[in-house]
Amino acid sequence: MFQFKIEKEVKNPIFKETKLWDLLVIGSGPAGFNGALYAKRKGLSVGLISKDLGGQLHNTTIVDNYLGLNDIEGSQLSNQFLDHIKRLEVPIYQDVYVESISKIDNNFHITLSTGEVLKSKTVLMTTGGNPRKLQVPGEQDFSNKGVSYCATCDAPFFKDKHVVVAGGGNSAAEAVIDLSKWASKVTVVHRSQWRADKILLDKLKNIPNLTVHLNTQILEVNGESVMKSLTVLHKTENITTQLEADGLFVEIGLVPNSKLVKGLVNLNEKEEIIVDSNQMTSLLGLYAAGDVTSQPFKQIIIAASEGAKAALSITQYLNTQYKGE
Amino acid sequence: MQIFDTQTRTQIGEILNDMIQPITLVLFTKDNCYSCAETSQLLKEITEIKPIISLKEYDIEKNPEIAAQYDVTLTPSFVILDKDNQYKGVKFNGIPAGHEINSFISALIEMSGNEIAYKPEILNRIKRLDKPINIKVFVTLSCPHCPGAVQTAHRLAMLNTNIQSEMIEAQTFYDLSDKFKVSGVPKIIINDKYELVGNQPIEAFLDTIEKNLR
Repeated sequence: MFQFKIEKEVKNPIFKETKLWDLLVIGSGPAGFNGALYAKRKGLSVGLISKDLGGQLHNTTIVDNYLGLNDIEGSQLSNQFLDHIKRLEVPIYQDVYVESISKIDNNFHITLSTGEVLKSKTVLMTTGGNPRKLQVPGEQDFSNKGVSYCATCDAPFFKDKHVVVAGGGNSAAEAVIDLSKWASKVTVVHRSQWRADKILLDKLKNIPNLTVHLNTQILEVNGESVMKSLTVLHKTENITTQLEADGLFVEIGLVPNSKLVKGLVNLNEKEEIIVDSNQMTSLLGLYAAGDVTSQPFKQIIIAASEGAKAALSITQYLNTQYKGE
Repeated sequence: MQIFDTQTRTQIGEILNDMIQPITLVLFTKDNCYSCAETSQLLKEITEIKPIISLKEYDIEKNPEIAAQYDVTLTPSFVILDKDNQYKGVKFNGIPAGHEINSFISALIEMSGNEIAYKPEILNRIKRLDKPINIKVFVTLSCPHCPGAVQTAHRLAMLNTNIQSEMIEAQTFYDLSDKFKVSGVPKIIINDKYELVGNQPIEAFLDTIEKNLR
């Protein structure tokens, strides 16, 4: 039976009518949703700008570490968050992306891909991240010819094939679980030791077609028209071998989507946005929350909490420090 | 057997309130075809939810000349016609279920006359494309990034009559996916030759087209 994952938003003309927002949230993952929710409840005029409703929640098959909600599908959780926001009538501007942000006098000007410019007293950046690449030779050449960054999207192409998962965190362990349902064989290659939760690692023990190579580094992706093998270095033995495989799923963390504010606020060496304990960046009135920030633990519940914290700090800022109007 | 549950019907109904003009879906099916019955049912239910959408269904084997009008060769496959029954090159091959329901809903709304809000410079770049262009977007129903790529390709088709755009559900059309070596989605193929990977912005589509099809 077919399921339907509706994301489309009802059109919202309010974006064209509102001259100056209290808060515009850029990004619509857990941090953005919760930021909007808390701001709306505080009575702020708040709008959400979304390129991809739900964000990275959609890359996760099952979420099992959000308090009170066990064993829930990522996209289901996203829909529940969205329903909550809709009940509060937070306007969402969908299918657009932000081209630039600038601060003029006391307010922010946000230029959209449609050419429109929205104005807001404060901005909350919750733009999350994109999959980090291995940056080894061949990875780019065989991207979508064996190399993939989305297990839920691409698992069906590897029915009865051998796939390798690169990575040792929760996302890698989850990718193994997803892929083992399709692939004939799954091999984990990770350059150090497991970082995934024990509860997930216990689940991996029950997967019969799984092999794990820790302390092993991928040096190169090889193939002709499609990927055929990986060159790997077994670091303990210091030997290099060829690992034949049809697919490689890269699950080694994120590159933060912070380009929009580069040069505007301070970033760390990973290009994550540096925030203080109130989620404020180095630019007064510009806040950030979730995976795009320098906070090291990329978790749904942490992103959501940071969104809430940011909204409360923003309310305080508007009441006490904002100099405009 | 209903394909949409009550909640989904209500949700779709609310979103489709944005539609302006009537549109027509033309569906091609055949006997013993994977997901033909379900696609037919899905489109029927859409017309029930929004009666300004009409549906014509043809057996491709009995009506090859009608299929040829829209370059339809696969089943299930459907095209969307505007209020004047004009074919603008918007086609779906395979059932738009899972995440792909979103690109289907967008196409319905935009074909009904809603403005496609691109900047004037983008619209000008699209208008200037004067060679025949076919855009294939391979998807899986479990891919959250795919509807965005399909929507962009379909918008290009709606904005320029030289462009035809088609969603292809990769698992339904396994041979075609294999021919184009699809092992990751969304995979965008322009004129069967130039490839783009991922949910790319309109600028990336235009860059690829302008660079290769001058």
